[in-house]
Amino acid sequence: MAADEPLVLGIETSCDETGVGIVHGTTLLADAVASSVDTHARFGGVVPEIASRAHLEAMVPTIERALRTAGVSPKDLDGIAVTAGPGLAGALLVGVSAAKAYAYALGKPLYGVNHLASHICVDQLEHGKLPEPTMALLVSGGHSSLLLSADITSDVRPLGATIDDAAGEAFDKIARVLDLGFPGGPVIDRLAREGDPAAIAFPRGLSGSRDPAYDFSFSGLKTAVARWIEAKRAAGEDVPVRDVAASFQEAVVDVLTRKAVRACKDEGVDHLMIGGGVAANSRLRALAEERCERAGIRLRVPRPGLCTDNGAMVAALGSEMVARNRPASDLELSADSSLPVTDPHVPGRTHDHDHVHEVSKENLYS
Amino acid sequence: MDTATPAVTVALHDGEAVVASSSQVDARRHGELLLPAVDRVLKEAGLKLDAVTGVVVGVGPGPYTGLRVGLVTAAAFSSALGVPVHGLCTLDGLAYASGIDEPFAVATDARRKEVYWARYDDSRTRATDAGVDRPADIAERLAGLPVVGAGARLYPEAFPDARDPEHQSAAALAALAAEKLAAGGDGFLDPLPMYLRRPDAQVPKNYKVVTPT
Ligand SMILES: [Zn+2]
Repeated sequence: MAADEPLVLGIETSCDETGVGIVHGTTLLADAVASSVDTHARFGGVVPEIASRAHLEAMVPTIERALRTAGVSPKDLDGIAVTAGPGLAGALLVGVSAAKAYAYALGKPLYGVNHLASHICVDQLEHGKLPEPTMALLVSGGHSSLLLSADITSDVRPLGATIDDAAGEAFDKIARVLDLGFPGGPVIDRLAREGDPAAIAFPRGLSGSRDPAYDFSFSGLKTAVARWIEAKRAAGEDVPVRDVAASFQEAVVDVLTRKAVRACKDEGVDHLMIGGGVAANSRLRALAEERCERAGIRLRVPRPGLCTDNGAMVAALGSEMVARNRPASDLELSADSSLPVTDPHVPGRTHDHDHVHEVSKENLYS
Repeated sequence: MDTATPAVTVALHDGEAVVASSSQVDARRHGELLLPAVDRVLKEAGLKLDAVTGVVVGVGPGPYTGLRVGLVTAAAFSSALGVPVHGLCTLDGLAYASGIDEPFAVATDARRKEVYWARYDDSRTRATDAGVDRPADIAERLAGLPVVGAGARLYPEAFPDARDPEHQSAAALAALAAEKLAAGGDGFLDPLPMYLRRPDAQVPKNYKVVTPT
């Protein structure tokens, strides 16, 4: 086993993307993704049973595609990592079951890892080893969190999170009100480029001096934008879609970046990592860049393809688990839809480093 | 392996007889129980997984999220070991295990007050495709027939002549598969899930979705 550059396959099925990545240390070898997003589009959101069915169909073909792309033999893997949670229970279960079966059949250690910690760790594939500590802002349709990590394999502390909607959810809902379809993030980003972000003063949630410093709220903003649009329509006026998109987006990214930079200053952290699907938003990237530079903070944002859910991020964290000799998971590993962010991985119940090795070694090809 | 019903059941068959088997009935823990059961069965037989020359999996019908656990595990074993996967209708395993040699039916719990069911001419011969219906709606068609499986016990008014077994056993499934393989390998299904129902297209409140690019 390569101690510092483990070869790990990672499986991600927490939502609607069937992702399989293969990394060698911090080098990305393959990132295969099959998405069922188009099937969900007409429902306006991810339908869990449709996602689970699609995962089952895509799972093994996507694993095989990743192995072919990486040009590695499964026998050479140092471990298999899988998102154990949080996420949709039925969707997670497909990935966890596949990972266990591969790990067992190949005689490889299994690492059930945390989806959120994976979103942070993926940046290692782009910008090298994570500084310790790292401040992370995770923004997507499922999460909006500020996390402080001193060691991505063992120490992830939540500083704040959304108290209602996730940031990406707000994008989707406003897109729906504007009849722009699903998902809302990319189309709002595109329209906002041609709009005036200062045209309409939408509210900044939880920004008062007595509000929690690191928590977010996007529900009030969502309602305010919807009301503003409805009032225009009721008055028979045209809705200035580009200005609404730009002003709404500005309200979201203003709060996100302001709080993230403040957290860095308060905690004395000089690196900010932004991940999750909303990190693909061009205005979020630009404003974060601007504010971090002013505050002397180094900003790390992976390329958009690594920000959305994928298997590479799971492999990246799995590889770090192997490199740091963290205990493997056992064969009873279960999918945990509400796995706490403070658990970067799910070690086996025996907490015995060699347990899974021992069980699975017997099934190694001779 | 079969995880289409509340039973998590694994058996190892050497072509002559069942070498080892494990069955647990726990509808909520398919994901946790299956791999340890595979490991136990192999250990009991003193064999390793790479000794296996084929994987047989029950494809349902099944309402449980657990159905996918067995199917994806079988597919992953097949991919990792390079051995074929053979699908069998879960109801056929129950029918085979019953050993009944006259017309009868098999019914399993489909939840939502429905059963998955099929009619059989004898324990090896299914006479209808598997269906999903309310017991009262099929009681007349199955009147006078013995009915095997948990579905019969759940609805005694509709199915008064309930017979054993109640639960699926991989041992029976494996024995049936071994017979088919010995006879040339015909009669297997593709290892794809038999849901018999469209997915509930409900987007839950606060659904989790990462806004894709
Ligand atoms: Zn995510």
